[in-house]
Amino acid sequence: MKLSSSDKTLHIIIYILLIILGMVTLYPFWNSAVISFNVGMDTSRGGVTIWPRQFTLDNYKIVFQDNRILHAFYISVMRTLAGTAISIFLTAIFAYGLSVKGVIGKKYYMIFAIITMYFSGGLIPFYLVNRELGLMNSFWVMVIPTAVSVWNMIIFRTFFMGLPVGLEESAKIDGCSTFGIFFRIVLPLSGPVLATLSLFTAVYHWNDWFTATIFINKTELFPIQTMLQQILNSNIMSEQLTIALKGNGAAADAMSRMQSVTTKSLTMATMMVATLPIIAVYPFVQRFFVKGVLVGSLKE
Amino acid sequence: MRTPISASSTITISPRAKPLWKRFLSQWQVQAMIWPALIFIFVFSYLPMYGVLMAFQDYSLFKGFFGSQWTGLKHFEAFFHSPDFFRVIRNTIVISLLKLFIGFPAPILLALMLNEVRNMVFKRVIQTISYLPHFLSWVIVSGFTISLLSVDNGSLNILLQSLGLTDKPINFLSTPEYFWGIIVTTNLWKEIGFATIVYLAAIAGVDQSMYEAASIDGANKFKQIFLITLPSITPVILIFLILNIGGLLNAGFDDLLLLGSSPMLRDVADVIDTYAYRVGIINNRFSYAAAVGLFKAIISVGLLTMANYLARRAGSSLW
Repeated sequence: MKLSSSDKTLHIIIYILLIILGMVTLYPFWNSAVISFNVGMDTSRGGVTIWPRQFTLDNYKIVFQDNRILHAFYISVMRTLAGTAISIFLTAIFAYGLSVKGVIGKKYYMIFAIITMYFSGGLIPFYLVNRELGLMNSFWVMVIPTAVSVWNMIIFRTFFMGLPVGLEESAKIDGCSTFGIFFRIVLPLSGPVLATLSLFTAVYHWNDWFTATIFINKTELFPIQTMLQQILNSNIMSEQLTIALKGNGAAADAMSRMQSVTTKSLTMATMMVATLPIIAVYPFVQRFFVKGVLVGSLKE
Repeated sequence: MRTPISASSTITISPRAKPLWKRFLSQWQVQAMIWPALIFIFVFSYLPMYGVLMAFQDYSLFKGFFGSQWTGLKHFEAFFHSPDFFRVIRNTIVISLLKLFIGFPAPILLALMLNEVRNMVFKRVIQTISYLPHFLSWVIVSGFTISLLSVDNGSLNILLQSLGLTDKPINFLSTPEYFWGIIVTTNLWKEIGFATIVYLAAIAGVDQSMYEAASIDGANKFKQIFLITLPSITPVILIFLILNIGGLLNAGFDDLLLLGSSPMLRDVADVIDTYAYRVGIINNRFSYAAAVGLFKAIISVGLLTMANYLARRAGSSLW
């Protein structure tokens, strides 16, 4: 189909706008990466934007030698693995149970679960319940309270109910138990939905910083995101402090230039390390999520 | 290992023949798959719902829920009369509406633009880039924001200075006047791409023959967008708009906490949720904070009910 001249103009405008959008989206990420690869002292002289001026790996060397950061990374990995495995397992068996025909009480179980999508006690009672359960300062507070996701249950259940009934029936006739049917027939057929929901759950666990902020006050149990948040917070403080000190002579200035690495360059390197796993799984997430989102929005 | 009777657990050939408890026992395997999750839901969703009654108590950590004194509506009255009340409600509604006015139409516009792109590689690249921020944590996004807007050689200050728009770096992050703009922009940056998915799907469902007919009649692309595409996806837009109104009191949490935690910004950054968090968990005024949370929950349920009602009406009147 040939385009008229006005259509061509429109297309050119759209392409330009989209290119700008792409660049604006990438820039914050790019700039942070650049700062993380630049000599910190040099960055504080200003002007580092799209390309490192004095390339270095020092920032990363220091980050990878910092035991607190490495440990926080390890905690993040562990909670993501444990959190995803437990959540997907509990939610999947729950959903399967609710997809089987003739289960006694099924209707009530569904209502019981769905009510929680509309009502919640709010942050404070949730906090106190977890506290009463002794989950304060426990690794498991990042895993257990969010283990059952009603939202994911509905997606799982919709998928399970769409599987051909004949398979399960014939397995049943062959003497297969409910557990057997689920683990040997249903699960192997559920690859796509398992992958999608596992990835979403893993991304949630990797990104969650708030749970540890309120329930954990031992630094050695902090996941990387919470650690990073504290670093950023202290950075803002020190920046405001520097502004206050600047009128007071060059003391603050000299202080921040004593080393070739600065808090800023280290923070950026830590941020890159914390983002890397997301970037690594992103291509896989992207393959699945469009479908997942559409299933979700249909349920709404 | 297993008896043949319980093997036929879920197919009950004559359901009424056996008493309920026997049927229940005969399907113990399915029930065993369901009950762990029910217990989790009970503990982590229903106990807090019941626990919200502490809003009517003077809850103390030592006395516990059952030992604490009941005080009626004391905390609600305290909240309504507190100097924070007006500020918190205003910020919640203003931030929420700003996010709605800008964050709602933007993805529609982007979806319409993406739909016009014919080069599939280009389209995929732009989509891939624009979805990415959705998967980053708010901590990372706030880190980007802090770095870009920093007085200490942040990119935005570098840009403004090289364009000669300002001679001194602007302290964006602790100036209350900039806060709402920063929050809305950051949210837009994070979510605009991801929110297009639903609209792109809706646009893909539009009957292609309408476009052919329109172009034979001489309608240009611009007209086609306004006369065919937009009207065709109006139902989807309307439903999402109404649902958004249902969430009017959800002004955001992570973003406001991470970018607005400075006491200098409290006047513009405090919304109901962050206020309840600060007062409750940081200052340990549990009952008061629970009352604030419950106040929000009650209004939210009202808004949601209204929104659902409107959505149903809009849905039926459009068919």
